[in-house]
Amino acid sequence: MAQITCQNLTLGYEGEVILSNLNFTVKQGDYLCIVGENGSGKTTLMKTLLGLLPPIGGTIEAGEGLRPDEIGYLPQQTHVQRDFPASVREIVLSGCQSRCGLRPFYNKKEKALAKRAMAKMKLSGMERRCYRELSGGQQQRVLLARAFCAAQKALLLDEPVSGLDPKVTMEMYRLIQKLNQEDGMTILMVSHDIDAAIRYASHILHIGKRCFFGTKEEYIKSALGKSFVGIEGGERDG
Amino acid sequence: MVEKLMFYFQYPFVWYALIVGILIALCSSLLGVTLVLKRFSFIGDGLSHVAFGAMAVSAVLQVSNEMLFVLPVTVLCAVLLLRTGQNTKIKGDAAVAMISVGALAIGYLLMNLFSTGPNLSGDVCSTLFGSTSILTLTRQEVALCSVLSICVVVLFVLFYNKIFAVTFDETFAKASGVKTDWYNLLIAVIIAVIIVLAMNLVGSLLISALVIFPALSAMRLFQNFLSVTICSAVLSVACAGIGIVVSILAGTPVGSTIVAVDMAAFGLAFLVGRMCRR
Repeated sequence: MAQITCQNLTLGYEGEVILSNLNFTVKQGDYLCIVGENGSGKTTLMKTLLGLLPPIGGTIEAGEGLRPDEIGYLPQQTHVQRDFPASVREIVLSGCQSRCGLRPFYNKKEKALAKRAMAKMKLSGMERRCYRELSGGQQQRVLLARAFCAAQKALLLDEPVSGLDPKVTMEMYRLIQKLNQEDGMTILMVSHDIDAAIRYASHILHIGKRCFFGTKEEYIKSALGKSFVGIEGGERDG
Repeated sequence: MVEKLMFYFQYPFVWYALIVGILIALCSSLLGVTLVLKRFSFIGDGLSHVAFGAMAVSAVLQVSNEMLFVLPVTVLCAVLLLRTGQNTKIKGDAAVAMISVGALAIGYLLMNLFSTGPNLSGDVCSTLFGSTSILTLTRQEVALCSVLSICVVVLFVLFYNKIFAVTFDETFAKASGVKTDWYNLLIAVIIAVIIVLAMNLVGSLLISALVIFPALSAMRLFQNFLSVTICSAVLSVACAGIGIVVSILAGTPVGSTIVAVDMAAFGLAFLVGRMCRR
């Protein structure tokens, strides 16, 4: 039984189909990269996996003790967040909100969890800093810590490195890799960066007019993978 | 000056005005931070026009207690605006503008067609600018206002963390299983209650000022949500208190005096924020 099983999944907005007949499975500890051209439905797939959009057809089943709302989520930054007066600690703690139910305040356990998450993302000592004054990479780490508070089994990352410089991008990828390898977290990453996808992921899901799902090695050998890697990773030395 | 103040404070209506003014200022500033950050600064303005329209309708229908009619109508409009704000054919700001001017026009039209009092323009003016109504509050109105204000403050404190989560990142909150729709509904209801209460104080045209100025001032000075919320509440209460006292001493209209004090506070906060950040 896999953590996430999608069968004959059809996606879209308000009855308009964007993607159809998608089949893939994610097991615990997998590192799945979701790649595809702009407008191929990556964001729609992500929203459907998060339960923000109902699928038009097909099923998404969760297994291995994963509840559908137990997927942590690292969104692309929205405009509102950039000038939001909030401290790092406040934001990371807000990841625990779904554990609270109707209880109005956070308990000790949740505060400890937030502290652990901040330490993990190398944010110790920055708890009181203001989010809007942090660098792009630091902001992403704050949001990653928040996602970690919300869920410790699986993480869904939406373009986690867009807008970051190469050095910070590398750090971000290492951090994600560490979560995957040391904590055994399942990683689902939507990405434009096919290079990184091939370097770090264990599985690739390519969506668009032609779809592909399989391990990284199979993808590189497949016709679709060859053409895509050829176009986007042209400058790569190997 | 002190003597003059002492003289005025012998009268209960001055105390009523001060109590109601401070309570309303407190409530409106609490949610102001959320509304400004959610890009809903103008919802106060829109809803207050709706309340104005509803007041006109209730005057025409000769409803005995206006509050019982105005409050539900305003709450309904707030729910419609905030809940469907993200996902409709007409975008949030346009919807607010549409409902706001529509209600204003209908309200004025109705008041003209079915004029109940001899001094129409005076009635309209006092509803729009709240010129004297705060000084003519009855004991029941003060009690009602106090109860509603306490409810708003208690709800805000209990749901503070949830309001933060929903304001900072609604999508994330929803994805992690928080019932965001309910909290948006709660925010909408609370803001509608505040607007209806605040109409007595500053009138329907100036309510936005009470909602946004303290929040904007506090955001110049502080860097985290809790401090901003507390600072905006303190600023708002202080400005309302000063404004009411000044208006009594100088004989100026209460609402616009409070707003002027709020503006001065914003200017000050802006300068202080500039100097600290350098």
